[in-house]
Amino acid sequence: MSKHILSALVENKPGVLSRVTGLISRRGFNIESLSVGQTEDESLSRLTAVIEADEVAYEQITKQLHKLVSVHKITDLTDESVVNRELVLIKVAAAPERRNEVIEIATVFRAKIVDVGKNSITIEVTGTENKLRGILNLLRGYGIKELTRTGTIAMPRSMKATDN
Amino acid sequence: MPEKGMPKYGSHTEKEGKVMTGAQALIASLEAEGVEMIFGYPGGQAIKIYDALYDSKILKHVLTRHEQGATHAADGYARATGKPGVVIVTSGPGATNTVTGIATAYADSIPMVVITGQVPRRAIGTDAFQEVDIVGITMPIVKHSYLLQDPEDLTRTVREAFYIASTGRPGPVLIDIPSDIFTADIEFHYPDSTEMASYRPTVKGNAKQVRQAVSLLKQAKKPLLYVGGGCIAADATQELLEFVDMMQVPVVTTLMAKGAIPCSNPMNLGPVGMHGSMYANYTMTECDLLIAVGARFSDRVTGKIDSFAPNAKVIHIDVDPAEISKNRAVDVPIVGDAKGIMANLVAEAKKQGLKPAYQEWLDTIFAWKEAHPFYNPGLTSEFDAGCGICGNPCEKNGVRWISPEGSLELLSDMLDPMESIVVTDVGQHQMWAAQHIHRELSRTFLSSGGAGTMGFGLPAAMGAAAAFPEKTVVCISGDGSFQMCAQEMATCAINGFNVKVLLMDNRTLGMVHQWQNLFYDNRFSNTILDENPDFVKLAEAYYWQAEGVRDPNELEGALKRLLAAEGPALLDMRICPAENVFPMVAPGAAIDDIIGAVSVGDISEMLTGGKE
Repeated sequence: MSKHILSALVENKPGVLSRVTGLISRRGFNIESLSVGQTEDESLSRLTAVIEADEVAYEQITKQLHKLVSVHKITDLTDESVVNRELVLIKVAAAPERRNEVIEIATVFRAKIVDVGKNSITIEVTGTENKLRGILNLLRGYGIKELTRTGTIAMPRSMKATDN
Repeated sequence: MPEKGMPKYGSHTEKEGKVMTGAQALIASLEAEGVEMIFGYPGGQAIKIYDALYDSKILKHVLTRHEQGATHAADGYARATGKPGVVIVTSGPGATNTVTGIATAYADSIPMVVITGQVPRRAIGTDAFQEVDIVGITMPIVKHSYLLQDPEDLTRTVREAFYIASTGRPGPVLIDIPSDIFTADIEFHYPDSTEMASYRPTVKGNAKQVRQAVSLLKQAKKPLLYVGGGCIAADATQELLEFVDMMQVPVVTTLMAKGAIPCSNPMNLGPVGMHGSMYANYTMTECDLLIAVGARFSDRVTGKIDSFAPNAKVIHIDVDPAEISKNRAVDVPIVGDAKGIMANLVAEAKKQGLKPAYQEWLDTIFAWKEAHPFYNPGLTSEFDAGCGICGNPCEKNGVRWISPEGSLELLSDMLDPMESIVVTDVGQHQMWAAQHIHRELSRTFLSSGGAGTMGFGLPAAMGAAAAFPEKTVVCISGDGSFQMCAQEMATCAINGFNVKVLLMDNRTLGMVHQWQNLFYDNRFSNTILDENPDFVKLAEAYYWQAEGVRDPNELEGALKRLLAAEGPALLDMRICPAENVFPMVAPGAAIDDIIGAVSVGDISEMLTGGKE
C-alpha cells in the first residue's frame, strides 16, 4: 500500500463530486484528503485526492474514474516532480508566558500568526505533508485546541531550463 | 458520423424548428431518435409526458403493471433488437421501482434510457410529495445520469443519453426531468451530432497489440477462445466464426454469450464456469493461450482466480479499458470494438501465414467431451416421488418425475432456432437452460447474468415478444422467479404478446435449496414454497391458456400445445425438488474441481498437466 495523489479534471456541475467519491468508496478505498475548486476554465473543477492503495487497485480506481462521463482527465501526481501543498490552521493553547515559544516555532516553519487570544494563538501554515507533520509534532506539546486542513493540492513542475 | 447500430436521428423530423412544450419536445426527441417502443407507467410528475405521448403517431407505449416490469421489458427489447430500450416512469416510488431493472441492465451492459418525472424545480429538496433523489439513488448503477435543470438542455441531453447508452460499453442512462420543464416553451431543434470532450470510447484496436496477439497464437499449442456478452453487443459473430474456422480454435462461452457462436459449431464447447461442462472447464484449466473477447473474467466463470487457467498467457479484447487486468493479469490487452479487432486478428493471422496446428489439443478436448457429457437421463427423472430427500412433503406413489434436463432438450429440439427467442429467469432452471437449450443466433438467448435478477424472465420475454411478434418467445422460469413479476401476465394478455412460459415448478427456491442440500447439511431454511398458488388457475385468471403436466409421458403433447397456443400460454411443469444442477463448481473452488459430473470411463490419464 502506498499513497497516491490523484488529480482529476471534472465538470463543474452539481453531483459530480458525489459521483467521484461514491465510486472510490464503493470499491472499498478511503480518501485521506480531498480538495476541489474551480480551474482557469470555469466549466471545469480540479479535484485532488490522496488515496492509499496498492498499485493494482489504484490503477483500477483511475480506470473506473476515467469511465465517468463527468471526468475529463485523470493525472497521477504521486511522482516527485510535482509541487504539492496543504494549508493548515492550528489553534494552539498558549498562556501569555509561553506565547513567545510558540511564535518562535511558527517563525522557524515560516508560518503566520493569524489570530491571538487570551490563552491561544492561531497559526496558518502551508507546506508539504512532511513539513506540516514537523510543526504539528512540536506544537502538540503545548496542546492543540482546534485544527483544520485543506487537503493536498498539487501541480506538476514546469520543465527545467536545463532539461531537453 | 452516425454510430453503429443507432437509428436515424437528428433534425430530419417535421417537428424541427417548431415551438412546443417541454413534454412535446421530449416526445419529439424520442421520435427523432428513431424510438418505436416505450415501456412505462404514468403518475403525477409524468402526466404531462403522457399527455404529449397521446398525440404521437410514431411511438408505441406499452403500459406494464409495475415499473420494474417496464425496465425488464425495455431490457428484453434491447437484448433482442440491439436498440436501446426506453422507459418512462413518474417520480418517487415510480422511479425507485426501476432500480432493480436498471441494475440488471448495468450488470449486463444493456443499452437503456430511463426517463423519470421529478417534482418541479422549485420543490426539489423540500421532501415534496413523491420526491426522491433518483439520480443519487441510481448513481452506482448507471453509465451516466442527468438531472435536467434547464429546458434549453432537453434535446441535447436526450441525444447524449442515447449516444452514451449505445456506444462504447453500452449501459443504462437515466434522465430525471422536473415536471415544470414539461410546460416550458421550447423551440425544437434536435442535434445531428454529439460532441462530448469527456466521452470518447476507443473503437479501433491497436495494430501493434494485434500483431503481438497473433505472435502469441503462433507459439501456442493449446489456445482457447473465451467469448463473452461483448461479442453480442459488438455484433461480432461473423468475425469470430471466420477466426474459428480459419484457426480451428475451440471456444467456450459465458452465459451472456450464448448464441454468439452457433451451438452446432463443433468448436463450440458451450458454457464454462460454475455450471459449465466438465470438458469446457478442463479446457479452460489446461489451455496455454486464452483469448478473451468481450468477457470480463466474472467469478462465476473463473471460480478460484488463482487456479484459473494457471498455465495460460492471456489476450484480452474488450471495449472497456477498466476490464483489462481487473480480475486476471493480461499479457496482451487490446482495447476496442470486438468486431473490428476480430477482423484485424483474422487479417493479421492470414498475413503471417498462420495455419491451424492444434489437432492434438482438439483430440484431447473431444475425448474429455465424450467422457464427461452433460447429464441427461431422457424425459424421465431418476427421482421417485416420496423419496424424502428434499424436505418437501410429496406423495409416495412410485411415479417418476419429469427430468429437467431431458425436458429442456426436448423443448430445444421443438424450437426453430432461427425463429425463436428463449428468455430465462434466474435459478436452477436458468442453468439447465444454459446447458440444454441450443441456440444458433445471437440475441436469441436472453438471461440476467451479472445481476442474477429473479423476476427478469416474464417482462423481458414480453419486451422480446413486443419487438418480434412473429417469433416464438419462450420464457423458461421457476416457481420462485415467476412470482416476482407475475403481474406482467396482464400486460401480455392485453397487448397480445405471444409469450410461452415453461414453468419449471419444484415448489422450492431451487438454487438456494441446492446449496442447502450440498453445503448446509440439508437445513432447508426458507426455501420451501409449498403454499404455491395454482399457477394454471392464476394464468387463466389473466386470460392466458394454461395447463399442468406431471407425467413424463404427457410432456411432449403438453409442450406442443404450449408452443401452438394462440397468445400467451403457460405450462406448469412439475419437477422434483431434489433435482440439483450438475456439474457444479463449489463457490470459491477451482473450476476443474467439479462435483456431480458424469464420468464415462477413467479420465485420470487424460489430464496433461497443470492440475494438483
